[in-house]
Order: sequence, then structure tokens, then C-alpha cells
Amino acid sequence: MSQRLIELLLEALWETLAMVGVSTVLATLIGVPLGILLLVTQPGHILSRPTFNRIAGAVVNATRSTPFIILMVAIIPLTRMLVGTSIGTAAATVPLVIAAAPFVARLVESSLREVDSGLVEAAQAMGASPLQIIVKVLVPEALPGIAAGLTITVVSLIGYSAMAGAVGGGGLGDLGIRYGYQRFQGEVMLAVVAVLIVLVQLVQSLGDYAARRLNKRERSQANR
Amino acid sequence: MIVIDDLEKEFGGPSGPSPVLRGISLSIEKGEVFGIIGRSGAGKSTLVRCINLLERPTRGRISVAGRELSGLSGAALRAARHDIGMVFQHFNLLSSRTVQGNVALPLELVGLSRAERLRRVDEMLELVGLTDKRDSYPAQLSGGQKQRVGIARALASRPSVLLCDEATSALDPETTKSILALLAEINRTLKLTIVLITHEMQVVREIADRVAVLDQGRVVEQGRVFDVLTQPTHAITRALVREVLNLELPERVSARLRHSPQTSPGLVMRITFTGPSANEPIMSDIVRRFGVSFNILHGHIDYIQNAPYGTLTVEAGGSEAGLQAALDFLRIKSLKVEILGRVAAPDRAVA
Repeated sequence: MSQRLIELLLEALWETLAMVGVSTVLATLIGVPLGILLLVTQPGHILSRPTFNRIAGAVVNATRSTPFIILMVAIIPLTRMLVGTSIGTAAATVPLVIAAAPFVARLVESSLREVDSGLVEAAQAMGASPLQIIVKVLVPEALPGIAAGLTITVVSLIGYSAMAGAVGGGGLGDLGIRYGYQRFQGEVMLAVVAVLIVLVQLVQSLGDYAARRLNKRERSQANR
Repeated sequence: MIVIDDLEKEFGGPSGPSPVLRGISLSIEKGEVFGIIGRSGAGKSTLVRCINLLERPTRGRISVAGRELSGLSGAALRAARHDIGMVFQHFNLLSSRTVQGNVALPLELVGLSRAERLRRVDEMLELVGLTDKRDSYPAQLSGGQKQRVGIARALASRPSVLLCDEATSALDPETTKSILALLAEINRTLKLTIVLITHEMQVVREIADRVAVLDQGRVVEQGRVFDVLTQPTHAITRALVREVLNLELPERVSARLRHSPQTSPGLVMRITFTGPSANEPIMSDIVRRFGVSFNILHGHIDYIQNAPYGTLTVEAGGSEAGLQAALDFLRIKSLKVEILGRVAAPDRAVA
């Protein structure tokens, strides 16, 4: 493997990590509150707002049903407005965040739904406000599930970021397409795929570890 | 302490609203243990949830400690709930928090300082006997220990009322006994008013002072536990009582009663002992004084709220005059005597 290839790979890896990292953080910041709202505004839940819930649900579904490659192109004006350009790593994070946030929201919503309704009832009986129920009961209890959901999000974002590379977003996907596909350098393509495999494995293992550590539900001990 | 006035609750369904509670009125005194018993579907869980407004009554009024709850909402309702502890059948502990964290939760809600919280948690854990499990997670505890944590959590904010919704129904009999003993102790030492929802008469018998029997959303019977248990009037109550006090004659004896000619001399009667008379040697007095002999067919003595309660079914033999005198004597001693019938000469030696 040439020195040049290694340099290219490292640079592309850094771009991918930056893209995925920034979009994960932003998607989480938007998606977690959105997911909480999707649950608690349901009719009969602690902040029942049926109309808001229906509208938010429809927007989330619409975003999720748009194929990423189309979404990326469709929001170019928005991207230009936000980061000043539609090409490059920074520009790629905009569609990545917009695609990932509703995904995170749905995963968070379903993790929160798994929390036993008896716990919410107990908190209400103690005189907890809706915000206290969210912060002290729902989110901590759903944390293992949320961690697993974020892991899936990061892995999906790595895949999406490669797609973003195809339209000039930079990163590993971009490298693979330009050198591996357009210049017929098969070994670059192989190297890119190998790095991606290792990356996804690492993320998944880390996520599994976090979810396990957060889960206090099945940690048995001898002192029963 | 708790006054429930003409409470009604309907649940909306596809075929219109269906009534769950129909005109319930109860008055629960300060410091007493009040049992609410009924079969599943009688509405008892809905009733207890109406007391802290987890369920909003359709009609009627509820007041706790002189404060009308049914009109409250928002912050005022939450403040009122700090004064009402609740214990659940399935414990409802947060799996993500340790025992200490679970007990501290209601204290965090009212904004107590960290030092004060820790002090209160230790005090509560000592009360329920779980000091050594302070840093365990609920998953590491047994059912009985989990319920102790549930009780400690419910008491942490120093409520004046404790609602127990089938608090022992998920526990084995031995653990049930220890949890009931704990509740009785808390009732005594903290002068706490306890409302206990259950489907088991055993639980009521063990610790309640008064009981209300619920059937199809109505209170069909209520009174002191001793009275309700010993003189049940409603069919549902009788069925529930039968589970803990077996007052029925064994099939063998009752079959003999049914088929016997009514003219034979042996008189079968059921004598009920309650209160102080249960401790007197009345039977041997009768034998000595009136020359009446007894053949004991069936007997049972039980304790309800530490008061002895027993029934004895005997076949009495002797002269007509002697039997009559014995009956009069029993009535003077104000024992309840029921003549169940006459039987043919007993097929074994008279005692």
C-alpha cells in the first residue's frame, strides 16, 4: 500500500468521522426531544396534545419516507442557506441531520414506550409533574434502549455519509467512488470497505457495551 | 380522614360509557386500617385510584385530610398527592435506580436538599429493615424486599395516608405475612391511615380495623372486620369469608342431618363463641349442671383482630328438661345457638 493511499484514507476517514460525529450530535439534540414529544403528547399520555401529535407524526413519517439521495438534492437551497455551500463535508451534514433526526425520534419514542406504565403511574401518585416524569422516570428507564437506538443511528449515518460522498461530500464514500470506481483502482475500493467494516464493528461493540452497562434490569447477584 | 361522597366513575367504551363505580360513599377515620375487598372487576382498583385522582371521578366528591381533592388539578393536585403515599401490586420501582435512589425520588420531587434526602432515606430504610440493601438495584431483590422498598418510598414524603393497591397479591403467603406485619407496625407507630385494596379476606382479617365489601361498583356491606367476618349478610361477603373461616359443617355430618327423622332425641346445635365467653368453660358447666352429654361433631376457633371467635357443632343428648335448661343457660351467657336438627341415636359412644 502506497504512502499516498494511506494519506488519502486517513484524510477521508477523518472527514467521515467529522460528518458522522457532527450529524449524530445534532440529530440526537433534535431527535431525542422530538421522540419524547411524540410519546407524551399522545392522547391519554402525560401531556396529551392529539393535534400536535398527529402533525409531528406526519412530518416525521414524510421525512423518513423520502429516499436519502433525493432528500439530499431536494434540500440544497436550505443547505446553501445554512452553510453557504452545497458541496463538501460541512454541506453533507445538513441532509444527514435532517434524515437522522426523525429516525432517532422514532427509536427514542419506541424505547420510551417500553417503560412500564406502572412507573409513570407511581410517579404521578407521588406528585411528579410531566417534566419530572420525563426527566426522572421515562428517560432514565429507557436509556439502555436509547443507547441501542443511537448505535443503530450512527451505523446508518456511516452508510448515508458514504452516499453523501457521491455528490461531493468528501469522506470514505467519496474516496471509494473517485478512486475505486472512476479511476478503476480496485485496491482503494477494497481498503475503503475494510475501513468501513472496522468502523461499524467498533461502533456496534461500543454501543452494545454502553447499553449493557446502562441496563440494571437483569443484573443478578447472589444476595437474593 | 378520607371522605368519599357518592362517587361515580364511568369508563368510555365503544358501546357508550360503562359504569365502574356506582354511588360509593365511605368515611375512613384517621389512624385506622381500612380494607376494601372484592372480586376482580368489582371496581376496587378504580376506587383507590380515585382517592389520589389517578382516575378522575365522573361524579361525586373526595376529600383527604379535610382537603377537597376532586376539584384540584395541576400544581395543587401534585402538592396534595405528596400527602398520599401509594404502594402497588407490582412494586413499580425504577430499575435504573438503586434502592436508595428509589426511596429518594419522592423527596427529589418536593425539592429537598441532598443531605436531607439521604438522612430521610436512611430513616425509611431502617423502618422497613433494608438498610443493608441501600445500594442494590431492584433486580437484585426478592419480591418481599421490593415491596419493602415500595413502602419506604411511599412513606418518604411523610404522607398522612397510605394507599395499598393489592400490595401483597404478588407475594407468597409467608412474605405476605411479613409485609402485613410491617404495615400494621407502621400504622401503629406513625399513626398512619391505611387504605388496603385486596381480593383476599385473609389480608383484611390480618390487619384491617374496618372493611367495605365491593361488588359491581357498589359497597354491599361494611363495618368492623370482626362483625363482617362473623355475621356476613351479603352473598359475596359470605363467599369471601368462607375462604378464611370455614364455618360449614363437613359433608359427612350434614348428610346425616338431612336424612334423619325429626323425632329422634339427639339435638344438633351450633354454638358460636365470641369475645369473653370464648374463654369460659361453659360446655363443661352444662354437662355438670344439667346432665346433658355432648358429642362434638365439628369445631373451629379462630382469632380475628386478636378476639377469639369459634363455633362448635355438637349433638346433645339427655332429658327434654335437661336439654331445655342447657339451651336457656347458653342464651343467658348470650351465646348464639342455632338448632340444626335432630339426629338418630349416634352411631358412636356419646362423649
